[in-house]
Amino acid sequence: MTKSELIQHIADLNPHLYHRDVERIVTTIFDEISEALSRGDRVELRGFGAFSVKRREARVGRNPRTGTAVNVSEKHVPFFKTGKQLRERLNNR
Amino acid sequence: MAGGTITRADLSEAVYQEVGLSRNESAELVESVLNEISDALVRGEMVKLSSFGSFSVREKGERIGRNPKTGEEVPILPRRVLVFRASHVLKNRINNALSSPAPAQNEVEA
Repeated sequence: MTKSELIQHIADLNPHLYHRDVERIVTTIFDEISEALSRGDRVELRGFGAFSVKRREARVGRNPRTGTAVNVSEKHVPFFKTGKQLRERLNNR
Repeated sequence: MAGGTITRADLSEAVYQEVGLSRNESAELVESVLNEISDALVRGEMVKLSSFGSFSVREKGERIGRNPKTGEEVPILPRRVLVFRASHVLKNRINNALSSPAPAQNEVEA
């Protein structure tokens, strides 16, 4: 399922809404999550899962092709942990 | 880091501010979006949200685990797990906002 298919499903369930409003709703939700993560906040959606940001320390890496050592600076990576209810649903429980 | 937590209520509020719907309906729509995504994943479909990321379901085979407390061996049954991969757009956005500016990639003494 792609974002446009998701928008279409939601539009079908809500015939009283304009398609462009459904588009704005879906976009707003994921923008809001992205924005929270960019502030370093967590996003906790009970039953679905939680998004958070993990910090990776600066380290000396290696160019795998040439073997030369390279400084890799500190970075922050997004992380998702599946919620209990969804995890159970995935395994038909 | 700010270290705060946002929840469904904040997402509903954002939808309420953005589109002229009632608070109630905004909350229902947030729920409905999460449900559609969950249903697709439970059907085994991959969900791709451009500029955000993709969710996919991975099948894990049975393996032998160990109870860390007792050391006892227990079989871990085959199961399905959800994997989220953030898009480059999201990764860059987070990194640019939170990480100290990257020094030029320079070689160091090996």
